[in-house]
Amino acid sequence: MKIKSADLWFKKAAAILALSAAALVILLVCSMAYYALPAIRKFGLHFLHTSTWDPVKEIFGALPFIYGTVISSALALLMALPVSLGIAVYLAELAPCCLREPLSFLIELLAAIPSVVYGLWGIFFLAPFLRETVQPFLFRYFGFLPLFQGEFYGVGMLSAAIILSIMIIPTISSISREVFLTVPSAQREAALALGATRWETIRLAVLGYARSGVLGAVILGLGRALGETMAVTMVIGNRPEISGSLFAPAYTMASVIANEFSEATTDLYLSALIEIGFILFFVTLIINIAARALIWRVSAKIKAK
Amino acid sequence: MNIYIKRKIINKLMCGAAFFSALLTLAPLISIFGYVISKGITSVNFDFFTHLPMPVGEHGGGMSNAIVGTLILIGLSCLWAIPLGVFGGVYLAEFGNNKFAAAVRFSADVLNGIPSIVIGIFAYTVFVLPMKSFSAISGAFALGIIMVPTIMRATEEMLRMVPFALREAALALGVSQSRMIVSIVLKTALPGILTGILLAIARIAGETAPLLFTAFGNRFWPQGLNQPIAALPLQIFNYAISPYDDWHRQAWAGALVLILMVFLISLLTRFVIKPKYRRKEMIWKQK
Amino acid sequence: MEAEIKVSNLYAYFGSICALRGINISIKEKVVTAVIGPSGCGKSTFIRCINRLHEVVPEAKLSGEVLLGGKDIYSADADPILIRRKIGMVFQRPNPFPALSIYDNVAAGLKLNGIKRKNDLDGIVERSLKMSALWGEVKDKLNASGVSLSGGQQQRLCIARALAVAPEVILFDEPCSALDPISTGKIEELLFQLKKNYTIIIVTHNMQQAARVSDYTAFFLLGELVEFDKTQDIFTKPKDNRTEDYITGRFG
Repeated sequence: MKIKSADLWFKKAAAILALSAAALVILLVCSMAYYALPAIRKFGLHFLHTSTWDPVKEIFGALPFIYGTVISSALALLMALPVSLGIAVYLAELAPCCLREPLSFLIELLAAIPSVVYGLWGIFFLAPFLRETVQPFLFRYFGFLPLFQGEFYGVGMLSAAIILSIMIIPTISSISREVFLTVPSAQREAALALGATRWETIRLAVLGYARSGVLGAVILGLGRALGETMAVTMVIGNRPEISGSLFAPAYTMASVIANEFSEATTDLYLSALIEIGFILFFVTLIINIAARALIWRVSAKIKAK
Repeated sequence: MNIYIKRKIINKLMCGAAFFSALLTLAPLISIFGYVISKGITSVNFDFFTHLPMPVGEHGGGMSNAIVGTLILIGLSCLWAIPLGVFGGVYLAEFGNNKFAAAVRFSADVLNGIPSIVIGIFAYTVFVLPMKSFSAISGAFALGIIMVPTIMRATEEMLRMVPFALREAALALGVSQSRMIVSIVLKTALPGILTGILLAIARIAGETAPLLFTAFGNRFWPQGLNQPIAALPLQIFNYAISPYDDWHRQAWAGALVLILMVFLISLLTRFVIKPKYRRKEMIWKQK
Repeated sequence: MEAEIKVSNLYAYFGSICALRGINISIKEKVVTAVIGPSGCGKSTFIRCINRLHEVVPEAKLSGEVLLGGKDIYSADADPILIRRKIGMVFQRPNPFPALSIYDNVAAGLKLNGIKRKNDLDGIVERSLKMSALWGEVKDKLNASGVSLSGGQQQRLCIARALAVAPEVILFDEPCSALDPISTGKIEELLFQLKKNYTIIIVTHNMQQAARVSDYTAFFLLGELVEFDKTQDIFTKPKDNRTEDYITGRFG
């Protein structure tokens, strides 16, 4: 009898502690919604599509931040995706066996570097390098495009996108590599037996088989890029303007929170910032669920076999 | 024959591109490490570890308070996140075949995906606003939230690897279920769980965003858990965006120390704990 | 004698394990040759040496000579890509490309070789699917995924995929081991049709199947070729005691 009750208590205690993880999520949603409510009430949907951000007059429109977050993440993804797939293909299919482990260890080291250190490197190496070398080059040869016009600041959309892409490469490449390794060798042999070259084998058998898993990896990388704060804040230039040029400074949702939150003196100002955080939460939530669903589907398929 | 040569060339080009992307990614890695080490090592000295930051314009000083602050924040976060994570994991592994557990697992995944800046806002609304002050506690609350899902899922996975026969053997001896879990299952899975905990610590050690408006930073020694407290990543951030050369040097030194700290913890998981655990696993398999 | 295969002194290894020990065999064109033997005897390794698939396994090594139509496929100037095009292969388990439709599965090898015109492709895809006796079952759903078919249909799809690139030799590596008896019957019928135009080598662990479909049979044991003769002779008057033991079911 005594043993039974002890077991019951143990189970209850564990259940309560497990429950608190769920409670944290609910509390997070409720408390952020509560504090964001004044801004939601005051601005409604205008918050999402107007671009005046004036704390003095208390007029808040988040469009420049949403724009900055979306564009910087999309650009980062555009740069990171081919490189990550290249790495994953090299590590899973092409590299000599003795290189595979050390190389993937090195690439995963990138994921262990704290984001504030990325920012530090961005301020003192990447931004000057872009200002003095890359941006003049792009301007000279591609300056006819509006993308590459304007002052060379160094800091701005371009540097933010580059730093973000470096940060999400390990995420996308390591998951893709794992997905590639689950491709059965019968698939590769089928392509080889048709007379495919090495690359054709990878394209036909590996990339085709692994595409939904790779999509999951990409979405997970996107989720990471959207929420990344410190490195972006330190190199994006923090100017709430929408500009067509990649050289121009911009601002993201995460960095406006980072910069202005502790200075937000009025309740409405704070509420507007919390609303931005709330939007960021929901967007990343949806993205993570989508990515997990995709990766889960792939692993379920493997288990079924 | 023309198409054949074209195929050969495409093959070479694409395989070369794959190799090149691996090289390309090593470039920023080498550059970052090169900068942090070369700039950091010239600025790290004994004072860095023992002195407080100096006011603007005065040379020297260090980040001793920030190092201590980071350690305190890590300790405080562990204090609540480890029990919650480990016992949550125990619940999921041992009693977790129901809808309630599925909800907990889903919540852990959600927590894991939330941007850390949003977690900072959350901690601000539940601690800083009611207490009307930035504080160490709110910072530790934010960091702990980041730790919980990692520890919980690691614990669950490790416990599930403990062979069922072992549990049955313990129960057959007349041990109660709770006793069996604590003294047999948890003990067997301990190295794996420790690895999970260390990985979580390595992750929060470098976190800056959630501390910006919770721990806030402080130029002096920690004055109490309900007061703002310094943290190494925060100090690096504040010094990096300042206009002073002397502070920039300190920021690089801080980055070097921070990176060493994070890697030391990661290395610990790789080389100290895992091999032992692997050996144990193999013994189970043989049996 | 374009598609005649002559193997001399073939040794194959996995790391330090020797899987084939000095195989000498000469396989005639446009007949079906069955390769039988207990599992692990090297029969699959043998046919994988013929289309140079053995070498894609890590740590696999090989020595000896394999002549296809008089040319050594292992000579320095031989390109495995061209050789594998001449020698099609059907595997133990059906392995269509899951990301491609039925049509694209069959057309995959053609597209690699630069055949892109829709008319050409349509013709060859239809002909290949007809030859593999799948056309009637799939002609209305050519855009469906290759993995939506049943196991037997998938295997015939893989045969169509191999036929589409117009090989001279087709290797079958236990093609029916994952199939039900009805599908097996269909594949065996197919082999009968195919041997008019192709040299066929089929690995099987099923002796009845070897007796039913093949003209010649090779018996492998522990990496050695024990006996090679007309199928009828092997099954009625084997010369080697070990062959007799195997076909009468005394071991293996």
